[in-house]
Amino acid sequence: MSGKQREDCPDYKKDKKRVDGRKMDQLRPLSIKVGVLPNADGSAYLEWGQNKVYAAVHGPREALPKHTASPYKAVVKVQYRMATFSVPQRKQPRPNRRDMEISKVLAEALERVIFTEQFPNTEIAVFVEVVDSNAGSRVACLTAAACALADAGLPMKDLISATGCGKGFNEIILDLNKEEEDAPDAVDIPLAILPNSNEIALLQMDGLITKEEFNRAIQMGIKGCKDIYEIQKKALAEKFELTELTPAIAKAEVKGEKASATDAAKPSKTEKKEVKAKKVKK
Amino acid sequence: MRSTVLEHDIAQVVEMVRQGKRLDGRGFEEMRAFTVEVNKYLNAEGSARVVLGETEVVAGLKMEVGKPYPDNPDAGAISVGAEMLALAHSEYESGAPSFDEIEVARVVDRGIREGKALDFEKFCIKSGEAVWIAYLDFYAINSDGNLFDAGSIACLATLMNGKKPKIDANNKIIDNEFEGKLELKRLPLLTTFVKIAGKILVDPTYLEEKAAETRFSVATTEDGLMSAMQKGMNGSFTLDEVNYMIDVAFKVGKETRKQIQKL
Repeated sequence: MSGKQREDCPDYKKDKKRVDGRKMDQLRPLSIKVGVLPNADGSAYLEWGQNKVYAAVHGPREALPKHTASPYKAVVKVQYRMATFSVPQRKQPRPNRRDMEISKVLAEALERVIFTEQFPNTEIAVFVEVVDSNAGSRVACLTAAACALADAGLPMKDLISATGCGKGFNEIILDLNKEEEDAPDAVDIPLAILPNSNEIALLQMDGLITKEEFNRAIQMGIKGCKDIYEIQKKALAEKFELTELTPAIAKAEVKGEKASATDAAKPSKTEKKEVKAKKVKK
Repeated sequence: MRSTVLEHDIAQVVEMVRQGKRLDGRGFEEMRAFTVEVNKYLNAEGSARVVLGETEVVAGLKMEVGKPYPDNPDAGAISVGAEMLALAHSEYESGAPSFDEIEVARVVDRGIREGKALDFEKFCIKSGEAVWIAYLDFYAINSDGNLFDAGSIACLATLMNGKKPKIDANNKIIDNEFEGKLELKRLPLLTTFVKIAGKILVDPTYLEEKAAETRFSVATTEDGLMSAMQKGMNGSFTLDEVNYMIDVAFKVGKETRKQIQKL
Protein backbone atom coordinates (compact mmCIF):
# COMPACT_ATOMS: atom_id res chain seq x y z
CA MET A 1 0.00 0.00 0.00
CA SER A 2 2.73 2.43 0.91
CA GLY A 3 3.48 4.50 -2.14
CA LYS A 4 4.16 1.60 -4.51
CA GLN A 5 3.47 2.53 -8.12
CA ARG A 6 1.25 0.15 -10.02
CA GLU A 7 2.18 -0.90 -13.51
CA ASP A 8 -1.41 -0.82 -14.73
CA CYS A 9 -2.67 2.55 -13.51
CA PRO A 10 -6.26 2.28 -12.22
CA ASP A 11 -8.99 4.39 -13.81
CA TYR A 12 -11.74 5.07 -11.27
CA LYS A 13 -14.17 6.25 -13.97
CA LYS A 14 -14.08 2.74 -15.40
CA ASP A 15 -13.42 0.72 -12.25
CA LYS A 16 -16.21 2.36 -10.17
CA LYS A 17 -14.19 1.21 -7.20
CA ARG A 18 -11.03 2.45 -5.47
CA VAL A 19 -7.77 0.62 -4.90
CA ASP A 20 -8.78 -0.24 -1.35
CA GLY A 21 -12.33 -1.15 -2.38
CA ARG A 22 -13.96 2.07 -1.18
CA LYS A 23 -16.63 4.07 -2.97
CA MET A 24 -15.55 7.49 -4.31
CA ASP A 25 -17.17 9.38 -1.42
CA GLN A 26 -16.36 6.91 1.33
CA LEU A 27 -14.10 7.62 4.31
CA ARG A 28 -11.61 5.12 5.65
CA PRO A 29 -12.66 3.56 8.98
CA LEU A 30 -12.34 6.20 11.71
CA SER A 31 -12.38 5.73 15.46
CA ILE A 32 -11.77 8.30 18.19
CA LYS A 33 -11.27 7.93 21.92
CA VAL A 34 -11.09 10.96 24.18
CA GLY A 35 -9.51 11.36 27.61
CA VAL A 36 -6.78 8.81 26.96
CA LEU A 37 -3.83 10.65 28.56
CA PRO A 38 -4.15 11.18 32.32
CA ASN A 39 -1.51 13.94 32.47
CA ALA A 40 -3.11 16.16 29.84
CA ASP A 41 -5.97 18.59 30.48
CA GLY A 42 -7.65 17.15 27.41
CA SER A 43 -6.62 14.37 25.05
CA ALA A 44 -7.71 12.13 22.21
CA TYR A 45 -6.44 9.10 20.32
CA LEU A 46 -7.56 8.62 16.76
CA GLU A 47 -7.21 5.81 14.25
CA TRP A 48 -8.17 6.64 10.68
CA GLY A 49 -7.25 3.99 8.18
CA GLN A 50 -3.60 3.34 8.90
CA ASN A 51 -3.16 6.79 10.51
CA LYS A 52 -2.73 6.68 14.26
CA VAL A 53 -2.38 9.94 16.18
CA TYR A 54 -2.40 11.23 19.73
CA ALA A 55 -3.51 14.73 20.67
CA ALA A 56 -3.02 16.42 24.04
CA VAL A 57 -4.03 19.84 25.34
CA HIS A 58 -2.15 21.54 28.16
CA GLY A 59 -3.64 24.77 29.38
CA PRO A 60 -4.73 27.47 29.47
CA ARG A 61 -1.43 27.99 31.29
CA GLU A 62 1.22 30.66 31.66
CA ALA A 63 2.49 31.59 28.21
CA LEU A 64 6.21 30.96 28.00
CA PRO A 65 8.47 32.51 26.80
CA LYS A 66 6.71 35.57 28.14
CA HIS A 67 6.92 37.66 24.97
CA THR A 68 4.61 35.18 23.21
CA ALA A 69 1.73 36.12 25.52
CA SER A 70 -1.04 38.50 24.50
CA PRO A 71 -2.94 40.73 26.94
CA TYR A 72 -6.04 40.30 24.78
CA LYS A 73 -6.34 36.56 24.33
CA ALA A 74 -4.86 33.14 24.86
CA VAL A 75 -2.30 32.15 22.26
CA VAL A 76 -2.92 28.80 20.66
CA LYS A 77 0.29 26.88 20.09
CA VAL A 78 0.25 23.67 18.12
CA GLN A 79 3.05 21.22 17.65
CA TYR A 80 2.61 18.66 14.91
CA ARG A 81 5.26 15.93 15.05
CA MET A 82 5.80 12.55 13.46
CA ALA A 83 7.54 9.62 15.10
CA THR A 84 10.64 8.47 13.22
CA PHE A 85 8.94 5.15 12.46
CA SER A 86 5.60 6.59 11.34
CA VAL A 87 6.59 6.80 7.67
CA PRO A 88 8.06 4.26 5.20
CA GLN A 89 11.41 6.12 5.08
CA ARG A 90 12.68 6.86 8.60
CA LYS A 91 11.98 10.50 9.48
CA GLN A 92 14.73 12.60 11.01
CA PRO A 93 13.76 13.27 14.64
CA ARG A 94 14.10 17.04 14.47
CA PRO A 95 11.11 19.03 13.18
CA ASN A 96 11.36 19.93 9.50
CA ARG A 97 9.75 22.68 7.41
CA ARG A 98 6.69 20.54 6.73
CA ASP A 99 6.11 19.96 10.47
CA MET A 100 6.38 23.69 11.12
CA GLU A 101 3.97 24.67 8.37
CA ILE A 102 1.39 22.11 9.44
CA SER A 103 1.71 23.22 13.08
CA LYS A 104 1.00 26.78 11.98
CA VAL A 105 -2.11 26.07 9.90
CA LEU A 106 -3.50 23.72 12.57
CA ALA A 107 -3.05 26.40 15.24
CA GLU A 108 -4.83 28.98 13.11
CA ALA A 109 -7.71 26.61 12.41
CA LEU A 110 -8.16 25.74 16.08
CA GLU A 111 -7.96 29.35 17.18
CA ARG A 112 -11.07 30.02 15.12
CA VAL A 113 -13.25 27.95 17.46
CA ILE A 114 -11.83 28.70 20.91
CA PHE A 115 -13.05 31.69 22.91
CA THR A 116 -9.43 32.75 23.40
CA GLU A 117 -10.40 36.21 24.65
CA GLN A 118 -11.57 34.59 27.88
CA PHE A 119 -8.00 33.64 28.81
CA PRO A 120 -5.70 36.64 28.26
CA ASN A 121 -1.96 36.25 28.90
CA THR A 122 -2.13 32.46 28.70
CA GLU A 123 -1.25 29.82 26.17
CA ILE A 124 -3.26 26.82 25.09
CA ALA A 125 -0.70 24.25 24.03
CA VAL A 126 -1.85 21.51 21.71
CA PHE A 127 0.49 18.63 20.91
CA VAL A 128 -0.24 16.15 18.16
CA GLU A 129 1.96 13.13 17.55
CA VAL A 130 1.66 10.88 14.53
CA VAL A 131 2.79 7.32 15.32
CA ASP A 132 1.64 5.71 12.07
CA SER A 133 0.58 7.32 8.83
CA ASN A 134 -0.83 6.74 5.37
CA ALA A 135 -1.83 10.11 3.85
CA GLY A 136 -4.11 12.56 5.62
CA SER A 137 -2.23 12.78 8.90
CA ARG A 138 -2.75 16.54 9.27
CA VAL A 139 -6.52 16.30 9.02
CA ALA A 140 -6.43 13.32 11.38
CA CYS A 141 -4.46 15.47 13.84
CA LEU A 142 -6.84 18.39 13.50
CA THR A 143 -9.88 16.18 14.06
CA ALA A 144 -8.22 14.67 17.13
CA ALA A 145 -7.05 18.06 18.44
CA ALA A 146 -10.57 19.49 18.27
CA CYS A 147 -11.81 16.57 20.39
CA ALA A 148 -8.95 17.08 22.86
CA LEU A 149 -9.88 20.77 23.22
CA ALA A 150 -13.50 19.86 23.93
CA ASP A 151 -12.28 17.19 26.36
CA ALA A 152 -10.24 19.88 28.15
CA GLY A 153 -13.53 21.69 28.77
CA LEU A 154 -12.50 24.81 26.86
CA PRO A 155 -15.31 27.10 25.73
CA MET A 156 -15.67 26.66 21.96
CA LYS A 157 -17.90 28.07 19.26
CA ASP A 158 -17.98 24.77 17.42
CA LEU A 159 -15.90 21.68 16.86
CA ILE A 160 -13.58 21.35 13.89
CA SER A 161 -13.98 18.41 11.55
CA ALA A 162 -11.39 17.78 8.89
CA THR A 163 -10.78 15.44 6.01
CA GLY A 164 -8.80 15.17 2.83
CA CYS A 165 -10.57 15.33 -0.51
CA GLY A 166 -9.48 15.85 -4.08
CA LYS A 167 -8.74 13.87 -7.17
CA GLY A 168 -6.88 10.72 -8.06
CA PHE A 169 -6.95 8.14 -10.86
CA ASN A 170 -9.28 10.28 -12.97
CA GLU A 171 -12.07 10.80 -10.43
CA ILE A 172 -13.05 13.13 -7.58
CA ILE A 173 -12.54 11.25 -4.32
CA LEU A 174 -12.83 11.65 -0.58
CA ASP A 175 -10.10 10.92 1.99
CA LEU A 176 -7.18 9.99 -0.28
CA ASN A 177 -4.87 7.21 0.82
CA LYS A 178 -1.14 7.16 0.07
CA GLU A 179 -1.51 5.31 -3.21
CA GLU A 180 -4.10 7.82 -4.44
CA GLU A 181 -1.99 10.73 -3.23
CA ASP A 182 0.85 9.36 -5.38
CA ALA A 183 -1.37 8.99 -8.47
CA PRO A 184 -0.05 10.84 -11.54
CA ASP A 185 -3.08 13.17 -11.60
CA ALA A 186 -3.42 13.47 -7.81
CA VAL A 187 -4.87 16.59 -6.24
CA ASP A 188 -4.85 16.67 -2.45
CA ILE A 189 -7.07 19.13 -0.62
CA PRO A 190 -6.88 19.03 3.17
CA LEU A 191 -10.11 20.67 4.34
CA ALA A 192 -11.47 21.55 7.77
CA ILE A 193 -14.82 23.10 8.55
CA LEU A 194 -16.86 24.23 11.53
CA PRO A 195 -19.57 21.61 11.07
CA ASN A 196 -22.44 23.77 12.34
CA SER A 197 -21.74 26.84 10.20
CA ASN A 198 -19.83 25.30 7.27
CA GLU A 199 -17.11 27.93 7.73
CA ILE A 200 -13.83 26.76 6.25
CA ALA A 201 -11.08 26.79 8.86
CA LEU A 202 -8.33 25.06 6.93
CA LEU A 203 -7.84 24.74 3.21
CA GLN A 204 -4.74 23.69 1.35
CA MET A 205 -4.29 22.22 -2.07
CA ASP A 206 -1.63 20.81 -4.28
CA GLY A 207 -2.07 19.45 -7.80
CA LEU A 208 -3.75 20.60 -11.01
CA ILE A 209 -7.53 20.98 -10.95
CA THR A 210 -10.35 22.92 -12.64
CA LYS A 211 -12.73 25.15 -10.71
CA GLU A 212 -15.60 22.76 -11.40
CA GLU A 213 -13.66 19.75 -10.11
CA PHE A 214 -12.49 21.74 -7.11
CA ASN A 215 -16.05 22.58 -6.14
CA ARG A 216 -17.17 18.99 -6.51
CA ALA A 217 -14.27 17.85 -4.32
CA ILE A 218 -15.06 20.45 -1.65
CA GLN A 219 -18.74 19.47 -1.60
CA MET A 220 -17.67 15.88 -1.10
CA GLY A 221 -15.24 17.01 1.61
CA ILE A 222 -17.90 18.97 3.47
CA LYS A 223 -20.18 15.96 3.44
CA GLY A 224 -17.31 13.85 4.78
CA CYS A 225 -16.65 16.37 7.54
CA LYS A 226 -20.27 16.12 8.68
CA ASP A 227 -19.89 12.35 9.04
CA ILE A 228 -16.69 12.89 10.98
CA TYR A 229 -18.49 15.39 13.22
CA GLU A 230 -20.97 12.68 14.21
CA ILE A 231 -18.09 10.37 15.17
CA GLN A 232 -16.44 13.18 17.16
CA LYS A 233 -19.65 13.89 19.05
CA LYS A 234 -20.11 10.23 19.82
CA ALA A 235 -16.54 9.92 21.14
CA LEU A 236 -17.05 12.93 23.42
CA ALA A 237 -20.42 11.70 24.61
CA GLU A 238 -18.92 8.32 25.44
CA LYS A 239 -16.51 9.87 27.90
CA PHE A 240 -19.02 12.13 29.59
CA GLU A 241 -21.87 9.69 29.63
CA LEU A 242 -23.03 8.63 33.07
CA THR A 243 -22.61 4.91 33.53
CA GLU A 244 -22.74 2.50 36.42
CA LEU A 245 -19.01 3.24 36.81
CA THR A 246 -19.59 6.94 37.54
CA PRO A 247 -19.10 7.50 41.26
CA ALA A 248 -22.43 7.90 43.06
CA ILE A 249 -21.42 11.27 44.48
CA ALA A 250 -20.73 12.67 41.01
CA LYS A 251 -24.11 11.45 39.82
CA ALA A 252 -25.84 13.18 42.71
CA GLU A 253 -24.08 16.46 42.02
CA VAL A 254 -24.84 16.28 38.35
CA LYS A 255 -28.50 15.75 39.17
CA GLY A 256 -28.45 18.84 41.33
CA GLU A 257 -26.98 20.87 38.51
CA LYS A 258 -29.54 19.51 36.09
CA ALA A 259 -26.86 18.49 33.62
CA SER A 260 -27.46 15.19 31.94
CA ALA A 261 -25.58 12.83 29.71
CA THR A 262 -27.57 13.96 26.70
CA ASP A 263 -26.44 17.54 27.26
CA ALA A 264 -22.84 16.45 27.24
CA ALA A 265 -23.48 14.73 23.97
CA LYS A 266 -23.90 18.09 22.22
CA PRO A 267 -20.54 19.70 22.71
CA SER A 268 -21.17 22.55 20.29
CA LYS A 269 -24.08 24.02 22.17
CA THR A 270 -23.42 22.97 25.72
CA GLU A 271 -19.73 23.54 26.26
CA LYS A 272 -20.23 25.10 29.68
CA LYS A 273 -22.22 22.18 30.98
CA GLU A 274 -19.53 19.90 29.72
CA VAL A 275 -17.00 21.74 31.87
CA LYS A 276 -19.21 21.04 34.84
CA ALA A 277 -19.67 17.42 33.91
CA LYS A 278 -15.92 17.00 33.73
CA LYS A 279 -15.33 18.71 37.03
CA VAL A 280 -17.72 16.51 38.93
CA LYS A 281 -16.40 13.38 37.33
CA LYS A 282 -12.92 14.15 38.61
CA MET B 1 -0.51 24.88 39.56
CA ARG B 2 0.89 21.41 39.64
CA SER B 3 4.04 22.40 41.56
CA THR B 4 2.12 23.78 44.53
CA VAL B 5 0.41 20.47 45.15
CA LEU B 6 3.63 18.65 44.48
CA GLU B 7 5.40 19.64 47.72
CA HIS B 8 2.57 18.22 49.74
CA ASP B 9 2.37 15.06 47.64
CA ILE B 10 6.10 14.44 47.97
CA ALA B 11 5.93 14.82 51.75
CA GLN B 12 3.14 12.26 51.75
CA VAL B 13 5.14 9.79 49.65
CA VAL B 14 8.12 10.09 52.01
CA GLU B 15 5.95 9.69 55.10
CA MET B 16 4.27 6.58 53.71
CA VAL B 17 7.59 5.02 52.71
CA ARG B 18 8.81 5.52 56.28
CA GLN B 19 5.82 3.44 57.37
CA GLY B 20 6.69 0.79 54.79
CA LYS B 21 3.87 1.68 52.38
CA ARG B 22 3.48 3.12 48.89
CA LEU B 23 0.84 5.51 47.64
CA ASP B 24 -0.58 2.97 45.20
CA GLY B 25 -0.45 0.12 47.72
CA ARG B 26 2.36 -1.78 46.00
CA GLY B 27 5.13 -3.64 47.79
CA PHE B 28 8.64 -2.19 47.55
CA GLU B 29 9.73 -5.03 45.24
CA GLU B 30 6.61 -4.94 43.08
CA MET B 31 6.41 -3.62 39.51
CA ARG B 32 3.22 -1.94 38.32
CA ALA B 33 1.07 -4.08 36.03
CA PHE B 34 1.81 -3.45 32.37
CA THR B 35 0.39 -4.23 28.95
CA VAL B 36 2.22 -4.55 25.64
CA GLU B 37 0.77 -4.37 22.13
CA VAL B 38 3.14 -5.18 19.30
CA ASN B 39 3.33 -4.29 15.61
CA LYS B 40 0.42 -1.88 15.75
CA TYR B 41 2.26 0.71 13.64
CA LEU B 42 2.56 -0.65 10.13
CA ASN B 43 5.16 1.76 8.75
CA ALA B 44 7.67 0.52 11.33
CA GLU B 45 9.68 -2.68 10.90
CA GLY B 46 8.59 -3.56 14.41
CA SER B 47 6.77 -1.62 17.08
CA ALA B 48 5.36 -1.78 20.57
CA ARG B 49 3.03 0.22 22.78
CA VAL B 50 3.64 -0.26 26.49
CA VAL B 51 1.41 0.98 29.27
CA LEU B 52 3.12 0.62 32.66
CA GLY B 53 0.72 1.91 35.30
CA GLU B 54 -0.10 5.33 33.85
CA THR B 55 3.18 5.61 31.96
CA GLU B 56 2.66 5.08 28.25
CA VAL B 57 5.50 4.57 25.79
CA VAL B 58 5.52 3.75 22.07
CA ALA B 59 8.57 2.38 20.29
CA GLY B 60 9.29 1.66 16.67
CA LEU B 61 12.10 0.23 14.58
CA LYS B 62 13.35 1.46 11.23
CA MET B 63 16.07 -0.55 9.46
CA GLU B 64 18.40 1.33 7.14
CA VAL B 65 21.38 0.37 5.05
CA GLY B 66 24.45 2.33 6.04
CA LYS B 67 28.23 2.31 6.01
CA PRO B 68 29.98 0.33 8.76
CA TYR B 69 32.48 1.91 11.15
CA PRO B 70 35.99 1.65 9.66
CA ASP B 71 37.26 -0.23 12.75
CA ASN B 72 34.52 -2.84 12.46
CA PRO B 73 33.75 -3.38 8.76
CA ASP B 74 31.54 -6.47 9.27
CA ALA B 75 29.32 -5.24 12.08
CA GLY B 76 26.00 -3.47 11.87
CA ALA B 77 24.89 -0.99 14.48
CA ILE B 78 21.99 0.09 16.63
CA SER B 79 20.91 3.59 17.53
CA VAL B 80 18.40 4.17 20.29
CA GLY B 81 16.61 7.49 20.60
CA ALA B 82 14.20 8.69 23.25
CA GLU B 83 11.88 11.64 23.29
CA MET B 84 9.91 12.84 26.27
CA LEU B 85 7.17 14.45 24.23
CA ALA B 86 5.61 17.67 25.44
CA LEU B 87 2.40 15.69 24.99
CA ALA B 88 3.36 13.41 27.88
CA HIS B 89 3.70 15.90 30.70
CA SER B 90 3.19 19.62 31.23
CA GLU B 91 6.74 19.69 32.58
CA TYR B 92 8.28 18.52 29.31
CA GLU B 93 9.29 20.91 26.58
CA SER B 94 10.12 20.26 22.99
CA GLY B 95 13.39 21.34 21.52
CA ALA B 96 16.91 19.98 21.47
CA PRO B 97 17.25 16.66 23.31
CA SER B 98 17.45 17.24 27.06
CA PHE B 99 19.95 15.60 29.42
CA ASP B 100 17.20 13.32 30.70
CA GLU B 101 16.20 12.19 27.23
CA ILE B 102 19.77 11.45 26.25
CA GLU B 103 20.43 9.57 29.49
CA VAL B 104 17.38 7.32 29.24
CA ALA B 105 18.09 6.58 25.57
CA ARG B 106 21.71 5.73 26.24
CA VAL B 107 20.98 3.48 29.21
CA VAL B 108 18.34 1.53 27.28
CA ASP B 109 20.77 1.39 24.33
CA ARG B 110 23.61 0.03 26.49
CA GLY B 111 21.43 -2.70 27.95
CA ILE B 112 20.61 -3.97 24.47
CA ARG B 113 23.99 -3.34 22.82
CA GLU B 114 26.23 -4.67 25.58
CA GLY B 115 23.84 -7.51 26.30
CA LYS B 116 24.62 -8.62 22.73
CA ALA B 117 20.89 -8.91 22.12
CA LEU B 118 21.43 -8.47 18.39
CA ASP B 119 23.97 -10.38 16.35
CA PHE B 120 25.65 -7.49 14.58
CA GLU B 121 27.68 -9.86 12.39
CA LYS B 122 24.39 -10.92 10.82
CA PHE B 123 23.77 -7.24 10.02
CA CYS B 124 26.61 -7.32 7.48
CA ILE B 125 25.52 -6.93 3.85
CA LYS B 126 28.93 -6.35 2.25
CA SER B 127 32.07 -6.12 4.35
CA GLY B 128 33.35 -2.57 4.65
CA GLU B 129 30.61 -1.20 2.43
CA ALA B 130 27.10 -1.88 3.61
CA VAL B 131 25.59 -3.00 6.90
CA TRP B 132 22.19 -2.79 8.55
CA ILE B 133 21.64 -0.02 11.06
CA ALA B 134 18.71 -0.49 13.42
CA TYR B 135 17.12 2.80 14.43
CA LEU B 136 15.05 2.20 17.51
CA ASP B 137 13.16 5.23 18.78
CA PHE B 138 10.79 5.45 21.69
CA TYR B 139 8.46 8.21 22.78
CA ALA B 140 6.84 8.99 26.11
CA ILE B 141 3.14 9.53 25.39
CA ASN B 142 2.07 9.89 29.02
CA SER B 143 4.59 10.02 31.80
CA ASP B 144 4.02 8.71 35.30
CA GLY B 145 7.62 7.85 36.09
CA ASN B 146 10.13 5.14 35.20
CA LEU B 147 10.59 5.80 31.51
CA PHE B 148 13.73 3.66 31.83
CA ASP B 149 11.86 0.39 32.35
CA ALA B 150 8.89 1.29 30.16
CA GLY B 151 11.31 2.23 27.38
CA SER B 152 13.32 -0.94 27.91
CA ILE B 153 10.21 -3.14 27.73
CA ALA B 154 9.00 -1.30 24.63
CA CYS B 155 12.38 -1.57 22.89
CA LEU B 156 12.82 -5.26 23.69
CA ALA B 157 9.28 -6.10 22.58
CA THR B 158 9.89 -4.13 19.38
CA LEU B 159 13.10 -5.97 18.58
CA MET B 160 11.56 -9.36 19.41
CA ASN B 161 8.86 -8.63 16.85
CA GLY B 162 11.07 -6.80 14.35
CA LYS B 163 11.69 -7.77 10.74
CA LYS B 164 14.56 -7.23 8.35
CA PRO B 165 13.50 -5.71 5.00
CA LYS B 166 14.52 -7.31 1.70
CA ILE B 167 17.07 -5.46 -0.43
CA ASP B 168 17.75 -5.46 -4.15
CA ALA B 169 21.12 -5.85 -5.91
CA ASN B 170 22.01 -2.20 -5.20
CA ASN B 171 21.31 -2.61 -1.49
CA LYS B 172 18.13 -0.56 -1.77
CA ILE B 173 15.26 -1.54 0.51
CA ILE B 174 12.28 -3.12 -1.26
CA ASP B 175 9.03 -1.76 0.18
CA ASN B 176 6.92 -4.14 2.20
CA GLU B 177 9.04 -7.21 1.58
CA PHE B 178 10.92 -8.85 4.40
CA GLU B 179 13.70 -11.36 4.82
CA GLY B 180 12.47 -12.65 8.12
CA LYS B 181 12.36 -11.86 11.79
CA LEU B 182 15.27 -10.32 13.67
CA GLU B 183 17.03 -12.93 15.72
CA LEU B 184 17.74 -12.05 19.30
CA LYS B 185 20.51 -13.83 21.15
CA ARG B 186 19.66 -12.42 24.54
CA LEU B 187 16.79 -10.55 26.16
CA PRO B 188 18.20 -7.83 28.43
CA LEU B 189 15.72 -5.84 30.50
CA LEU B 190 16.25 -2.80 32.67
CA THR B 191 14.97 -2.64 36.21
CA THR B 192 14.99 0.73 37.94
CA PHE B 193 14.97 1.59 41.64
CA VAL B 194 14.84 4.73 43.72
CA LYS B 195 15.82 5.36 47.31
CA ILE B 196 13.35 7.30 49.43
CA ALA B 197 13.89 7.86 53.15
CA GLY B 198 16.63 5.22 53.11
CA LYS B 199 14.31 2.57 51.63
CA ILE B 200 14.61 1.07 48.16
CA LEU B 201 11.61 0.88 45.81
CA VAL B 202 11.36 -0.70 42.40
CA ASP B 203 9.56 0.93 39.43
CA PRO B 204 9.06 4.47 40.78
CA THR B 205 6.06 6.58 39.80
CA TYR B 206 6.44 10.25 38.83
CA LEU B 207 5.88 11.35 42.43
CA GLU B 208 8.28 8.75 43.79
CA GLU B 209 10.92 9.98 41.34
CA LYS B 210 10.34 13.51 42.63
CA ALA B 211 10.66 12.30 46.22
CA ALA B 212 13.74 10.20 45.51
CA GLU B 213 17.23 10.87 46.80
CA THR B 214 18.85 8.69 44.22
CA ARG B 215 18.13 6.23 41.42
CA PHE B 216 19.67 3.02 40.08
CA SER B 217 19.02 0.98 36.94
CA VAL B 218 20.48 -2.37 36.00
CA ALA B 219 19.92 -4.43 32.86
CA THR B 220 19.70 -8.17 33.52
CA THR B 221 19.62 -11.05 31.07
CA GLU B 222 17.87 -14.41 31.20
CA ASP B 223 21.23 -16.22 31.56
CA GLY B 224 22.17 -14.48 34.79
CA LEU B 225 24.32 -11.67 33.41
CA MET B 226 24.14 -7.90 33.70
CA SER B 227 24.71 -5.72 30.68
CA ALA B 228 24.34 -2.13 31.87
CA MET B 229 24.07 -0.08 35.03
CA GLN B 230 23.36 3.53 35.76
CA LYS B 231 23.26 5.36 39.05
CA GLY B 232 21.50 8.68 38.85
CA MET B 233 20.66 11.75 40.95
CA ASN B 234 22.67 13.35 43.73
CA GLY B 235 22.20 10.78 46.51
CA SER B 236 24.24 7.63 47.04
CA PHE B 237 24.01 3.87 47.67
CA THR B 238 26.05 1.47 49.79
CA LEU B 239 27.49 -1.62 48.08
CA ASP B 240 25.05 -3.77 50.08
CA GLU B 241 22.18 -1.77 48.66
CA VAL B 242 23.50 -2.19 45.14
CA ASN B 243 23.76 -5.96 45.63
CA TYR B 244 20.24 -6.06 47.02
CA MET B 245 18.93 -4.18 43.96
CA ILE B 246 20.75 -6.56 41.61
CA ASP B 247 19.06 -9.54 43.30
CA VAL B 248 15.64 -7.91 43.03
CA ALA B 249 16.31 -6.90 39.40
CA PHE B 250 16.92 -10.52 38.40
CA LYS B 251 13.68 -11.58 40.08
CA VAL B 252 11.59 -8.75 38.63
CA GLY B 253 13.25 -8.95 35.22
CA LYS B 254 12.44 -12.66 34.96
CA GLU B 255 8.72 -12.03 35.49
CA THR B 256 8.67 -9.11 33.06
CA ARG B 257 10.54 -11.11 30.41
CA LYS B 258 8.06 -13.98 30.77
CA GLN B 259 5.19 -11.64 30.02
CA ILE B 260 6.87 -10.17 26.93
CA GLN B 261 7.80 -13.62 25.63
CA LYS B 262 4.17 -14.71 25.82
CA LEU B 263 3.21 -12.20 23.11
